[in-house]
Amino acid sequence: MKIANAVLPFAVGGFVILTGIGVYLGLFNSPSDYQQGDTVRIMYIHVPAAYLGVMIYGVIAGSSLSLLIWKHPLAELIARASAPVGLVFTFLCLVTGSLWGKPMWGTWWVWDARLTSMLILLFLYAGYIALSNAFDEPGRGNKPAAILALVGVVNLPIIKFSVDWWNTLHQPASIIRMDGPTIAMEMLTPLFYMLGGFTCFYLMILVIRLRSEIAASKLRIAMMSGAMASNPEADNQQSASEPGRREMEKVGG
Amino acid sequence: MRKAATRKQRRMMIVGAGFASFALVVGLTLFALEDGINVFYGPTEVVEKVVEPGQKFRLGGLVEEGSVTKSGATTTFRVTDMKSSVQVAYTGILPDLFREGQGVVTQGMLDDAGLFTADEVLAKHDENYLPAEAVEAMKRAGTWKDTAEGEKATQ
Repeated sequence: MKIANAVLPFAVGGFVILTGIGVYLGLFNSPSDYQQGDTVRIMYIHVPAAYLGVMIYGVIAGSSLSLLIWKHPLAELIARASAPVGLVFTFLCLVTGSLWGKPMWGTWWVWDARLTSMLILLFLYAGYIALSNAFDEPGRGNKPAAILALVGVVNLPIIKFSVDWWNTLHQPASIIRMDGPTIAMEMLTPLFYMLGGFTCFYLMILVIRLRSEIAASKLRIAMMSGAMASNPEADNQQSASEPGRREMEKVGG
Repeated sequence: MRKAATRKQRRMMIVGAGFASFALVVGLTLFALEDGINVFYGPTEVVEKVVEPGQKFRLGGLVEEGSVTKSGATTTFRVTDMKSSVQVAYTGILPDLFREGQGVVTQGMLDDAGLFTADEVLAKHDENYLPAEAVEAMKRAGTWKDTAEGEKATQ
């Protein structure tokens, strides 16, 4: 948590500065595309949102793996704190893509492999959030949710390579490809600023959400021990709360 | 300590084996569904697979240079993959990106004479992003066709 607190000011600063430069360059100081005209500027939101949607899912999957195998207490919190952020960015990616698709392709939506696999990612996020909150007892949903997160990892390479494996309406990769980016430098620069800015935004939100998750679990434990102090008959439950308290100290420290 | 380590290893094995088998299942399924996942067929595939007339499907490829003719609201053009091509007729508004040499995906059906009547034409955008001014400059210099679009055509 000390690391997280140290990261926060950099994340906030990075988000404000990089996104500020990115938005300025993207909207006012970058050329319009030879085919798409000004519609190309949607890319400066669409691509970072897609990248974050996929990247955050990778973070959740990595955390789930370490939760299942090493039972790391922070892993669970990181995964829970990240999921809604990833959901929002995946949704943003689908919406901006749709807004771009109507004027450029001539359709809001088409069931091609890239769009469909991205939609599945959105449902995976929703399923993960629902499953991890499906139990009254806090923490019980973590394990099934972690398994779901790992199952969903197969979708990530499918998203990335869908445009190569099948005929899709979505264009092939422009940035990460064997022969280098096919985006002109003047457009690539604002895009990279936006990618950096969005990543900082995720880090910022992650730290804030981690703090509140930890505060919530401290509060829960405090309430539990408070209830026990006033009710001595609940002595047999004391032992159940012990691991929870230890976990809290571990995370909080 | 030793026991804890082996328990961890066992969990690792279970997760690893579970994930590997699930990935295999998904991989095989996608492989089996390959044709169904393609959002469109190319002209060569249409010619080789001999699609039944009256069957609805999507046809994708490049709009053949010099093949676009318009009469009223109806546009006819040929969709090509540089190997074979299919004649297409479409009545309606074309997307902004539609032009000769552009990638398109059309939905419709073949008639008995081999004419593809489309009820939807989508323009496929390629992966090249270039400033409009740069393209103008290249066109003036006469180097345009040898660069971005020339590369695409040779692929």
